[in-house]
Amino acid sequence: MKSKKKWGSGLALAALIALTAACGNNGNNASNSGGDASSAPPASESSSASPSASPSAGASSEAPAGKTITLGFAQVGAESGWRTANTKSIQDSAKNAGFELKFSDAQQKQENQIKAIRSFIQQKVDVIAFSPVVESGWDTVLKEAKDAGIPVILTDRAVDSKDTTLYKTFIGSDFVEEGKKAGQWLVDKYKDASEDVNIVELQGTTGSAPANDRKAGFQEVIASNPHLKIIASQTGDFTRAKGKEVMQAFLKAHKDIDVLYAHNDDMALGAIQAIEAAGLKPGEDIVIISVDAVKDGMTAASEGKINFIVECNPLLGPQLMEAVQAVVDGKEIEPRIVTKETTFTSEQAKEALPSREY
Amino acid sequence: MASRLVRHHLFWPLCVLAALLLFNLLYSPDFFSIVVRNGNLYGSLIDILNFGAPLMMVSIGMTLVIATGGIDLSVGSIVAISGAMACLTISKSSDQSSLPLVFGAVLASIALSLVLGLWNGALVAAARIQPIIATLILMVAGRGIAQLITSGQIITVSSDLYEYIGAGSLASLPFSIFLVAAVLIAASLLTRKTALGLFIESVGSNARASRLAGLRSNTVILSVYVFCGLCAGIAGLILSSNVSSADGNNAGLWYELDAILAVVIGGTSLSGGRFYLMGTVIGALIIQTLTTTIYMIGVPPEITLVVKAFVVLAVCLIQSESFRKSIAFRWAKRKYPAEQEAARHVS
Repeated sequence: MKSKKKWGSGLALAALIALTAACGNNGNNASNSGGDASSAPPASESSSASPSASPSAGASSEAPAGKTITLGFAQVGAESGWRTANTKSIQDSAKNAGFELKFSDAQQKQENQIKAIRSFIQQKVDVIAFSPVVESGWDTVLKEAKDAGIPVILTDRAVDSKDTTLYKTFIGSDFVEEGKKAGQWLVDKYKDASEDVNIVELQGTTGSAPANDRKAGFQEVIASNPHLKIIASQTGDFTRAKGKEVMQAFLKAHKDIDVLYAHNDDMALGAIQAIEAAGLKPGEDIVIISVDAVKDGMTAASEGKINFIVECNPLLGPQLMEAVQAVVDGKEIEPRIVTKETTFTSEQAKEALPSREY
Repeated sequence: MASRLVRHHLFWPLCVLAALLLFNLLYSPDFFSIVVRNGNLYGSLIDILNFGAPLMMVSIGMTLVIATGGIDLSVGSIVAISGAMACLTISKSSDQSSLPLVFGAVLASIALSLVLGLWNGALVAAARIQPIIATLILMVAGRGIAQLITSGQIITVSSDLYEYIGAGSLASLPFSIFLVAAVLIAASLLTRKTALGLFIESVGSNARASRLAGLRSNTVILSVYVFCGLCAGIAGLILSSNVSSADGNNAGLWYELDAILAVVIGGTSLSGGRFYLMGTVIGALIIQTLTTTIYMIGVPPEITLVVKAFVVLAVCLIQSESFRKSIAFRWAKRKYPAEQEAARHVS
C-alpha cells in the first residue's frame, strides 16, 4: 500500500514536471523573439535607421546603403509539405539576399503570431512579413507596427482589414486565377464535346479562401460551355483520407463521372485510390485536375494519373525579398503581388519532376 | 414480448441505423447492391464497414474507458502518432514491402500506443488527475509528437503489405473488418465471460466502494486506458494504411468526439457503469452511414454539419428515455415510473 502511494506521488511529480516543462517550452517558443528583445535592440538599433520617422515617409528615409536589413517573419506553423517548402524558401532567399531574418513559428495560433509581431516591433526590425493564421483581428497590432514606422508585408494569406494602408503589399497566389486555369484547360479539352461532361468536385476545407476561390474561378470559366456540368461537389477537407472517402461515395452515387476537379493534390491522391479500387483507370476513365503541384501530386501526374495540375507556388521567398528591398529603398510597390505560377500536364510533369524542390 | 424487444438496449440504435439505411434505399435503390469487382465485394455497404472500421475500433476502447467513469480525449492523437510511426519506419527502408519490416513497424506502433495508453492510465489511476484533464495533455501534446515524427510532412509509403491492413481484402471483405471483429470479440469475451466486465462496471459505478470491497480499482482503470490506447493505435494503422500515408496534422482529427458520440448513441452512459459494446459498434456504424449518406445525396458542404447535427439530435432524443416517455405519455396508458424502472432492471 505504502509503496503504491509513493509510486502515485512519484508519477504525479513526473506529470507535473512534464507539464511545467511543456509550459516552459511553450512560453519559450511564444516569447522566443520576445526573449531576444531584451538583448537585441542595442544590436539592431544600429541597423534600423530613424525609428521615429512617420509611417508614410518612414520607408523612403530609411535604409542607408551597406547596412544589413532585418526582416521579421511570423510563419503560420508547420502544417504541410507546402508550408515547409514555403518556410525553407523564405529562409534561403533571406540568406541569399543578405538580410538578417528573425523567424517565428506561430504553431497555428493567432495570439502567438501577434506576440511575435509585437516583439518584432520592439526589436525595431526594418520590415515585418507574415502569413496570417486567420483573416480577421489584425487591425490593432498592424496599427502598432504602422505607428512604429515599420512596413508590413503579407504573404500567402490575406487579412480582411478595411484599412489597406496597414500593409504595403500582399504577396501570394491568386486562388481564383488557379481555379480559372483549371477550368480553362477543361474547356479547351472538351470544346468539341457534344454530350454532357459530368464533373465532380472535391472542395477544400469549407469556408477557407482557397476552397471558395478555386471553386468560384473554376465555375466562372466552365460556365462558357453548357455541356460541362458539376454533378456533385463535396468537401474533402484538403486531406487524402477524406478525398478517398468522398470519392468512393461519389463513385457509388454517380455511374458516369467523366472529370474530377480536386482543390489540392492530396485529395486527388486519395480519390485516385478510390477510383482504382472501383476498377477504373485514373487519368483515362476519369480525367483528373488538381491544384498545388506538390511532389506526390507531380509524381502521380508523371504517371498519367493526374491529367492537369495548376501550380500553387510556395517558393515566394525571392519575390518577398525583392519586395522587402523595394520597401526599404522607398520605392512604390504594387499592393498585390501574385506569385509566379505555372501549370503542368502529365508530360510537363514528367519533365519537371526531377528538378522540383518540394 | 414486444415490450421486451423495445426495452432491449440495442433496439433504438438499431432502429436509427435501419431508418438511415431505409432512407438510402429509397433515395438510391442500388444502395444495397453489392457486386464482385476484382474478386472483392464492392458496394456502399462495404464502404461503410471499411471506412467505419477505425471509428468502431476507437469506440470499442472508448466504451470501456467511459464505463469506468473516465474519458479518453487523446485517441485522435494516438491515431495520428501510431500511423506516423509506422509510416516513418516503413519509409526509411529501401524494400518497403518486406514482411519483417512491416511487421516490425506495426509492432513498434502498437507498442508505442500501449505506452501512450499506459501514460494516460497512470495519470488517471496513480496520479489521480481527472480523466478529462489527464487525457487532454496527450490530446494536445500528441499532435505535436505526431508532427515531430513526420516533421510536419505527409509521409507517403508504397508498401503493398502495409496497405493490406486498411485497404486489403480477406475472403472478399475488407481486412479491417476482421481486425475490428477480432478486437470486438476479444473485448466481449474478456468482459462478459470473465469477471472483468463486472469489475469495470463496478469501478465505474463507484470506484471507492469497489476498492473497499476488495477490487483493485487502479489496476482496472489502468488496464482500460491501455486497452483504449491499443485500439486507437490499431485504428491509426488502419487509417494510415488505407491511404498509404501518414498525416500528423489531420489523421484522426476529432476522432475522440465521434468515438464518444458512438459510445453514447450505443447506450452507455457518460457517468460510467453499464456499458454496451455492441451498442457502441452500432453507434459507430450510424455515424459512418450518416457521413456516407450525406456524400451520396449531395448535401452542400456548407450545411453538412447542420444536417449531421440534426440527425444526431434526433438520435439522442429518440435514445432519451424521458423524452420518449413524455411523447408516449400523450397516447399510451400511464405507467408508474417506479414500476417501469423496476421492470427495466429485471429484463
